Amino acid sequence: MRRIGVAAACAAFALLASACGPETSSSGTANAPSADEKVSLSVWSKFSGRELGVLQKVLDGFQAKHPNITVKNQGSQDDDKVAQAIRGGNPPDVAISFSTDNIGQFCSGGAWQDLKAYISRDKVDLNQLPAATRAYTEFKGTRCAMPLLADVYGLYYNKAMFAKAGLSGPPKTMSELFEYAKKLTVLNPDGSIKVAGFVPTIGFYANHVQMWASSWGAQWAGQDGKSALGTDPQWQAMLEWAKKFTDFYGRDKLAKFTAGLGQEYSPDHAFEKGQIAMAMDGEFRTAFIEAEAPKLDYATAPFPVADNKPDLYGGGYTTGTIIGIPKGAKNAGAGWELVKYLSTDPGALQELAHGLKNVPSTVPALQDPTLQKDVHFKTFLDIFANPNLATNPASANGGAYLKSAEDFSISYQSGGVTDLKAGLAKTGTQIDADAQLGS
Amino acid sequence: MTAAPHTTHVAGSSFTRWIRPRPGHWIRPLAFMAPALAGLALFVVYPLLALVYYSFTRYDLLNTPVWVGLRNYVFLLWGDPLARKAAYNTVWLVVVITVLRLVFATGVAAVLVRVRNGAGLFRTLIYLPALAPPVAATLAFTFLFNPGTGPVNTVLSWFGVSGPLWFSDPAWAKPALTLLTLWASGELIIIIMAGMLDVPGELYEAASLDGAGSVRRFWHITLPAIAPVLVFGVINSIILGLQYFTQAVVAASVASGSADIAGSRRVIGYPDNSTLTFPVWLYQQGFHYYNMGYASAMSIALFVVSTVFTVFFVHRLRRASHAEEMA
Repeated sequence: MRRIGVAAACAAFALLASACGPETSSSGTANAPSADEKVSLSVWSKFSGRELGVLQKVLDGFQAKHPNITVKNQGSQDDDKVAQAIRGGNPPDVAISFSTDNIGQFCSGGAWQDLKAYISRDKVDLNQLPAATRAYTEFKGTRCAMPLLADVYGLYYNKAMFAKAGLSGPPKTMSELFEYAKKLTVLNPDGSIKVAGFVPTIGFYANHVQMWASSWGAQWAGQDGKSALGTDPQWQAMLEWAKKFTDFYGRDKLAKFTAGLGQEYSPDHAFEKGQIAMAMDGEFRTAFIEAEAPKLDYATAPFPVADNKPDLYGGGYTTGTIIGIPKGAKNAGAGWELVKYLSTDPGALQELAHGLKNVPSTVPALQDPTLQKDVHFKTFLDIFANPNLATNPASANGGAYLKSAEDFSISYQSGGVTDLKAGLAKTGTQIDADAQLGS
Repeated sequence: MTAAPHTTHVAGSSFTRWIRPRPGHWIRPLAFMAPALAGLALFVVYPLLALVYYSFTRYDLLNTPVWVGLRNYVFLLWGDPLARKAAYNTVWLVVVITVLRLVFATGVAAVLVRVRNGAGLFRTLIYLPALAPPVAATLAFTFLFNPGTGPVNTVLSWFGVSGPLWFSDPAWAKPALTLLTLWASGELIIIIMAGMLDVPGELYEAASLDGAGSVRRFWHITLPAIAPVLVFGVINSIILGLQYFTQAVVAASVASGSADIAGSRRVIGYPDNSTLTFPVWLYQQGFHYYNMGYASAMSIALFVVSTVFTVFFVHRLRRASHAEEMA
């Protein structure tokens, strides 16, 4: 009898406790808190220092619109820490990740909540997001994240060097890029490289296969979902071009040159120092140049495309920061309000874009007069709005397939592979086998 | 020195009562041991058991583990070429580092024990690199050995030698890491030196009287006398090689030009996976690809190999110590 009493008391307490928690609607979404309900919302991101301050300013704007919601902005939290918090049952209400590589894991098992019901309930128009950003925020039909600013990649070129070499505008095809690079390259008296027209080394700075693949129109997977490395001829064309380019400089000579260049995220970046005439890079480089090499005479353009895919010109590669609601979030309803605000409100996105020098991730937010006015930055806004904007697909095992593809590409480029076609097919098979680990 | 109770021949009722365990006699020692036992259970036994369990599951750190049997082990042995490459790199480092570290540390220690003037200064200087944080030391080495702008190749060029690409060349990246490890071997040097200083001087005097030269004295007196210390050095170096991580990651990141404040995960193993060690690949699988089940299987494999090596050499160490005592 006594046990029954205790059980009844527990049940009553549980009911009471659940009644005190956020209300859930029949659609499976947690309701936003009412105007008189005080809610504290925790937001975790990897932002720190100045950038965390930029986010705080935008969060202040959210709080002004929702005076009942207090936002706790916690920086320096990477994906590992968020994952630990989810496992420990005490996650933040909103998580921001700098990488799109892990979207497969976030979405597939529900570690980040599916936002489809919220989107449907609030009639959020996903068409305001370019297809590429929609792709990197969902996995196999589960939309567990929204984009929060984007990185867009294009071509940076040194105008003074172009003028000296008699070149008037940026190259538009890969053949032109190669020819321009030959003209722009300057050697020292001993034959070593003084200035490289373009460094074709895969893995160097932003030269990663996923970024190049979008300009070559190379597909990652076929209709059957299997890797297309061995079947799409664009991969072969891309790597043959890269090898020819490397052989022009000489592998060792190029390696010695790149080893002496500054780090990618340092003021000694080779493009900023005038050691490279052309480079692929993201829109954020404009801010680095403004701060570190303000006198650099440069311009930006879409990255050249494969000669047999001229229609792709104007597009480019994109990736970005993503935002979602972790499993077990205590205030999912209020969390969604913040996710929606940060990912779709043009004012919020533009303020973040100004502060962080990234591309706002919705099409309407691109129409910002200040961002459009900066000619260097405008190039990336245009690339982002182009229908040929591309990204790499989400996978069940993060970026493992990117490493496999890049490893093989580097090996071929440095002369370690004799049969390119067979090697690509083997790498594709390996990628498919690796994917089984995560499924 | 008290005799152990069970060896005594003394008879008598009072003594029998003394050696008979009283009820609950184990409570006090157990209470004293409890904190250590709790720590051991919590931080060693539980993680180890959990690791064994996870190694048979598909586990992405975020969702409930799913039992997959031996799949992770099968993939490790036959399906993952990079695991083989990483294992090769680790074995390379274990063998080369162990041999060269022992030879280098013994050689330097042999010189140090002979130094009379400024011995303290030299010993301090030799030991200092061991205090350098691995990240800082690796950064310094990548700049020193930079093939384009580094002072090492500049000095080599004065002698007409065209220096290699060091950390940018798959053939030279591991030798460069080995040099870094040798440079930071101060700890082992000091330990071996202490072992050498412990060898009785009379042995050397007797050998000298018998006409033994310095090489024979070193070979027949010093080396046998410090054998246990050397076996310790071997175990220590093997474990160091099996766990090689920080230096490999930092060197790859910096040499590829992609180092940033957050570290770069895209360039592990640069160049051409020549610095991809087994622990690095394990970490990458577990925490970046979220294949924690597979990473657990890799950890178990590493644990088994480390244990086999350690047990083998500890056994040798005991035999060496026993032989020394008998001598």
